[in-house]
This record gives sequence, structure tokens and C-alpha cells, in this order.
Amino acid sequence: MLQRNGEAIGFVVMVVALMVAPFFTYPLFLMQAMCFALFACAFNLLIGYVGLLSFGHALYFGWASYLSAHAAKVWGFNPEFAILTGTLTAAVCGFLAGSLAIRRQGIYFAMITLALAQMMYFVALRIKFTGGEDGIQAVPRGKLFGFIDLSNETTMYIFVMVVFLAGFLLIYRIIHSPFGEVLKAIRENEPRAISLGYKTDRYKLIAFVLSATLAGVAGSTKAITLQIASLTDVNWPMSGEVVLMTLVGGLGTIFGPVVGAFVILAMQFKLSSVGEWVLVIQGVIFVTVVLLFRRGIVGEIAALFKR
Amino acid sequence: MLTIFGVPSAALFGQLLIGLINGSFYALLSLGLAVIFGMLNIINFAHGAQYMLGAVAAFLLLQFTGIGYWPALIVAPLIVGAFGIVIERTFLQWLYKLDHLYGLLLTFGLALIIEGVARNYLGSAGLPYALPESLRGGQNLGFMFLPNYRAWVIVVSLVICFGTWYAIERTRLGAYLRAATENPTLVRAFGINVPVMITLTYGFGVALAAFAGVMAAPIYNVSPQMGAELIIVVFAVVVIGGMGSILGAILTGFGLGIVEGLTKVFFPEASNTVIFVIMAIVLLVRPAGLFGRGA
Repeated sequence: MLQRNGEAIGFVVMVVALMVAPFFTYPLFLMQAMCFALFACAFNLLIGYVGLLSFGHALYFGWASYLSAHAAKVWGFNPEFAILTGTLTAAVCGFLAGSLAIRRQGIYFAMITLALAQMMYFVALRIKFTGGEDGIQAVPRGKLFGFIDLSNETTMYIFVMVVFLAGFLLIYRIIHSPFGEVLKAIRENEPRAISLGYKTDRYKLIAFVLSATLAGVAGSTKAITLQIASLTDVNWPMSGEVVLMTLVGGLGTIFGPVVGAFVILAMQFKLSSVGEWVLVIQGVIFVTVVLLFRRGIVGEIAALFKR
Repeated sequence: MLTIFGVPSAALFGQLLIGLINGSFYALLSLGLAVIFGMLNIINFAHGAQYMLGAVAAFLLLQFTGIGYWPALIVAPLIVGAFGIVIERTFLQWLYKLDHLYGLLLTFGLALIIEGVARNYLGSAGLPYALPESLRGGQNLGFMFLPNYRAWVIVVSLVICFGTWYAIERTRLGAYLRAATENPTLVRAFGINVPVMITLTYGFGVALAAFAGVMAAPIYNVSPQMGAELIIVVFAVVVIGGMGSILGAILTGFGLGIVEGLTKVFFPEASNTVIFVIMAIVLLVRPAGLFGRGA
């Protein structure tokens, strides 16, 4: 399934690490980290392989978590259908926002995605069902397929891991498919891709919707896992955080976003006592990575091996 | 009481005035962004934070040195502008050859640092800044009451905006600037120091943001978040106006401020989102923005 040796080894190491990790650290932290890792992988699908910087991915993550939380709590959906509801929401939002945003490129694209996400943040703040400042709390985890009880921490962990790995492999599959090759061609030289006869706008839109949908899977799973959907998930600092995770791990590398998500979350977790300084530290990391390590952790390591 | 479209005229004109004030700030900030983007090809995400620094600088000057509003209007932009020059020399100058996205990401990081530091030292709550003595009170125009300070803000920002437009579009210095954005190597061959020009342009753009911050201090509270809230709206303004055009930034800024004010009268629920909705519509019809050229 995985083509190159290095990536196959990396994948095995990741799976083993995820299976062993709960014995050494809090499972809840790991589950949260896996959700963010999937979110970052989905984001990386756009920036790393199509060259589109979406600065508004919190929109899909956050709204998916609202809808899945609402479906589980108010409509009494089973967790798998709740997650499906959230995912579909993200797909629809992704289609609408993507159709607008791909009309412009580069930084304009970034600004448009950011502005659209902020619009939906204000909607989330205003309308009733999102619970405003309180968010949707006490979301039931429920029974998967009606008989697997997710209130059990171990079962929940396995479920989140399966979702994460499935998402990860799907993204891997997309990148290494002919479709993925076209995406990379668009990233490298869009006019040439057009002259080869590819309808690049259509490819970009599909990639955008895929990325938003997978971000939605991450957001929905997070809402069920942590049993809460809140304004933080849909506000713009969240969009910035997913950029940071991907950048730190390595843009355009398959494992980069995963590593980045775990590093950034671990940092926030360890530094929760320093209050607002977390913001400053994140900013310093941003600046340092952009100036000195543009390839990110995984990118730098890969470059080291290539020499 | 007089009513227009079923709305009391005082409320209508009141909101129009607020819209015009907000529009002044949108215009000043998107103008600064456009100037910086024109020369450096960098979307200055730290623009909101630098606007906030202007207000904070005015507050601190008053608090610790007793320097009042009028001197602060000059001193605070100079300080923050100098800070901008340091930023350009230490960070931004390394990014010009790279993808534009790195400039956006770096200034985003800077914005986080500035806002984080401000929050640590000032707290999240707003700090009050008193109106200058000479601009208290207001005029009764018959149909509405116009506070002097608000009138002052609108007039000054109009003057600054069109002054900047004139300097860039109609003077020799502006001609150099525009030429340098088109072809820096050629302009350099004429003996003009382009890197210095770039640095000073960034300093000017940042000072413009800080100036807006000082003017905002007596109207809104001085708070670390004041820039972060504004910058995204200003981005939408920039997308609607079209980044290539100075005039576009100014006109769209004022125009959207007024539209936002009117929305607050007739359909208050939508007032936060109306600018983004307009952005979506404009993108459908004219992807390059109202005043933009090409994509």
C-alpha cells in the first residue's frame, strides 16, 4: 500500500508509537493530538500539494464539530452518523467557500479564505444552536454502530486511532494517485498544466473540498471525543494554529503535519501555566521556522538523509 | 420625531456617523496595507498589531511621560514606524525572493508576538484614553448632534488618505516608488537606493497604522485585541477594493464603513457579516476587486 520504503517504515513506526503511547501519557491528550494531526494533514493536502494557503480552515473544523455535537446531543444520532453529519457540513461549506476562493491566487486566496471563515465565526457567535460563548457541552459519546460503547476510554482511543489512520492513508492515496500528480503539476507550474489541457480550477476545487471534508472528519471526531464543540474551534487563531503545526512539521511532507501537531499540542500542554506567553512563543516559532527552517522538522530530517 | 424608512432620523444619522468613523479606520489601514504590498509584495498581517501599538504608545506616553494627545499624534507613529523599520531590516528583507506566502506567515508570527506581549503587560481589558480638551463637546447640526472629535477623525483621515494618494500618484517621489515596484533593477541603475526606499516605505505604512491607532484611542478603548478584530475586516475591504489600487483602498474603506453602519440600522443581526457577504458577491462578479486590474 505504501510505495517507498522510507515512508513504509515511517508509517509502521507511527502506528506502533500510537499503540504504545497510551501507556506513557494521557490517552485523552493523544486522542486530541490525533484529531489535530488529521486536521493538519488535511490542511497540508492543499498547501503542500496544490500550493494553496487556506487561512480559514477553522471554518470546516469548527462547523463540523458543531454539527456533529448537535447531531449526537439533540438528534440522538449514533457517533458514526454524528461524525458523518459534521463531515457533510464541512464538505458543503468547503464547496461553497472553495468555489469563491479559487477565483484568486496566492495571498488573495489566503485572505479570502480567512475572511469567509471569519464571517462564519460571526454566524456561530450569533445563532442559537451553537450555544454562543458556551458552545455545545456534554456531548454524549454514545454507542458506535449501536453496540460498541465509546464511554470506555480504550475503545474510544482505538476508534480515534482508526479514524486518524484511515484519514492519513486516504490522503497518502490521493497524493500518490494520478489526480495527486496533476495537483503537484498545478503547484509547480499552473499555466503549463492548463496548456496541457487540464481544467486546473476543477482540480483545485476538488482538492479544496477534499481538504475541507477531511478537516471536517477531524473536527467531528474531536467533538465526540472531547464531548464539546466551542467557539475556539471556529475562530481564526485555530486557522493559524493548523498553519503553525504544518509549518513546524514540514509543508508538503506526508508525516510533517502529524509531527507538527504533536509537537505544538505537547508544547501548549506543558506550557499551560504560562498563560498568554504561549501566544508569544507560538509567534517566535512561526518567525524562526519561516526564517531558518522552512522545510520543517520532517523536511529537514529528510534533507539530511538525502545528502 | 422625523423618521426615514420607519427609522428615527437621529438613529439613522448616528449610525451613518459611526459607519463613517469606522470607514475612516478601514481606509487608513487598507491604505497602509496597499502601500506596503505595492513596494514589498508582502501582506502585512502585523498591520492590526501595529495599529494597536500606536494606541498603546499614545496611552503609555500619557501615563508615564505626560505627553498628551497632540504630541502623541506625531510621536507615537514615529516610534512605531521606527519599530517597523527594525522589523523590515531584521526579518522581512530576507523574504523578498521567496513565495509571498512566507511574508504573510512571518508577519502573522510577529502579530502573535506583539499581541501576546501586549496582553501580558496590559491585560485583556480595555484601557480608557481621555478625549483631548480642545475637541470635547460637539455641534448641533439641527438633524443630529455631531461630536467634535468624530468630525476631526473623519476630516483628518480624508486629508491623510488623499495626501498619500497624491504623493504616490502625482509627485516625483511617487513616480520613483511606482517605477521601483515595476522594475527595481532599472530604478537602481538610475542611482536610486531602492532597498532604503523599501525600508522607508514599510516604516511609513507602519506609521500610518500607528497614526490610526492614536486616533482610535479616544473612541474605542485601548486594548491588545483591538487590532486583531479589525485586521480581518480590513483584509475583506482590500479584497473588495482590489489590492493594486490606492484609490480603491480609500473609497472602499469609507464606502464599506457606511454600508456597515446602515446595516446596523435596518438589519442589526447582519452588521458583523455584511462586509464579508459583499466580499463574496464582489468575488462572484469581479474576482479582481472593484478597482483592481487583472488577477
